[in-house]
Amino acid sequence: MRLRSWILAGLLLLLAAVPPAAAYLDAPFYIDLLRRVMIFGIAAISLNLILGYGGMVSFGHAAYLGIGAYAVGVLGYHGIHAGWIQWSVAIGASALVALAIGAISVRTSGIYFIMITLAFTQMLYYLGISVAEYGGDDGMRLKQRSEFDWISLNDEKAFYYLVLAILVFALVFVQRLVNSRFGLVLQAARSNEARTRAIGYSPYPYRLAAFVISGALCGLAGALLVNHTAYLTPEFMNWTRSGELMFMVILGGIATSAGPLLGAAALLLLEDVLQGWSLLPKEAVRDHWQLYLGVILVLVVLYARRGLAGLLPGGKNE
Amino acid sequence: MNLILIAEQTLNGLQLGVMLFLLAAGLTLVFGIMNMVNLAHGALYMVGAYLTTYFYQATGSFLLAVPLGLAGTLVVGIVTELVALRTLYERDHLDQVLATFGLILFFNELIAILWGRAAIFSTIPPWLTGHVEFGVLRYPLYRLVIIGVGFAVAVLLWFVVARTRLGMLIRAGASNRAMVAALGVNIRLLYTVVFGFGAALAGLAGLLAGPIYSVQPGMGELILIQVFVVIVIGGIGSIRGAFAGALIVGMVDTLGRAFLKPTLATIISPTAAETAGPALASMLIYLLMAAVLAFRPEGLFPSRGS
Repeated sequence: MRLRSWILAGLLLLLAAVPPAAAYLDAPFYIDLLRRVMIFGIAAISLNLILGYGGMVSFGHAAYLGIGAYAVGVLGYHGIHAGWIQWSVAIGASALVALAIGAISVRTSGIYFIMITLAFTQMLYYLGISVAEYGGDDGMRLKQRSEFDWISLNDEKAFYYLVLAILVFALVFVQRLVNSRFGLVLQAARSNEARTRAIGYSPYPYRLAAFVISGALCGLAGALLVNHTAYLTPEFMNWTRSGELMFMVILGGIATSAGPLLGAAALLLLEDVLQGWSLLPKEAVRDHWQLYLGVILVLVVLYARRGLAGLLPGGKNE
Repeated sequence: MNLILIAEQTLNGLQLGVMLFLLAAGLTLVFGIMNMVNLAHGALYMVGAYLTTYFYQATGSFLLAVPLGLAGTLVVGIVTELVALRTLYERDHLDQVLATFGLILFFNELIAILWGRAAIFSTIPPWLTGHVEFGVLRYPLYRLVIIGVGFAVAVLLWFVVARTRLGMLIRAGASNRAMVAALGVNIRLLYTVVFGFGAALAGLAGLLAGPIYSVQPGMGELILIQVFVVIVIGGIGSIRGAFAGALIVGMVDTLGRAFLKPTLATIISPTAAETAGPALASMLIYLLMAAVLAFRPEGLFPSRGS
């Protein structure tokens, strides 16, 4: 294992140590915060597959968070609480929607791709707002979390470790995928489409497959997120959410395995710090932390192009 | 009666269309010439609406507030260009999207600090209130003025781009930047001029929109995403496309919201139409975009330059 892999492993061990540490410090809040970090980490990892490795700048990834969340919420609303049904529907529905959106958008590239993915997500957002039965734009409370025979999600720690396990799975899965033959074609198409075609690969099916896999994984993150918040709202699909996911990937380091997780951690912890910083007059910061976030975002893009993972030792390409 | 409603909604669609055009024209120019995705375009629209409302309340004169608001938006736009966006022209679209996304957060919060998060009240000057009568149809004068201004700007834009030296440089810059620079044109200055031009158009749209939509932080993004749909349908970088796309989207959206529910109610049960109508109406322009892309991936009027 290279140094960076050790650092990543160390990071995951640290995450595993959070619940006992929180219990020791009597601060259960941290379990909540870091579970949120990990869920967004999974979503950002799924985005990184197409954004980082596939070169497809999706500005609509929040759509799949929303679909995963709605799958769980809507099934729960109709009395189906079995976790395996809810989560399979979340993954399946996200994959299907990703297939439909991808079939149209993957044919385009560059700015068209950005705008189209954004527009489709906005469409789903308005759909969520206008369906009054499932809460409309107010959203609705989840009756209960998903039910599993072998684990109770109401046990905050057990839920935390389940999210951690899924996070590790997502990391390993995406890492193996991008280094497989499939992933190599995907990356080749990103760096030079013409040459990829010349050696006999049509990028379209590879890109579309990656788009669907990415959507499905993000749908799973959505199912986790709605269980985490216990509240379903179309805000999961808000376009700013898509922007935040992109920012996580870039902040952490694009096309690196640890990057999205680092980015999610940095952004959400930064939000948390900015909202509760005692050094500055609280009102000014708490209410307007997005002002600082906006400035930080611009600075990161302008001056820190390799992201947080770029600060770690080791080459750019893992 | 029904015919009056249709005529009224058609005019509403036209009014939304020209509003979208004012925004789309600037965005598509900036994209066509600098190859730059500017999400913060909607923020300039918001700035225009706020500044004009502020100046109108401060001076009491709408005729004074309009040039002040426009100039203010122009200044904000040019400062933004000089400080942040200029370095982004050479970057890829991903960086541009993220940095301008950061600018949106910044502007929305800045406005919220200055004027608060709640919508502020913006009024139509007394001499623009009232209705115009066309036989049985009564239509608000202010909305007619918007339509008029929109068409006037469209003609003016066509004239500038097609008939003046500046327009020639703009077209040349869109098709080959390096060559234009090599011929001794100050391309940096041209960029700033074009960006300022786009900012002023966004500000114009914002100040016109103020009295009829709500003036609040985040108002720019709601319309910006519709503007994206316009540009994708019309073809990126093409003013003609922006004009056609804007009118199509304005019409489809307005007429869909007005007539989809009653039309559906005649086909399916009224209760089903009650839920399906609004949902489908809000999705209509995106479905239209998908349909256009399926048949013409470059949009209806792809720009000839690049």
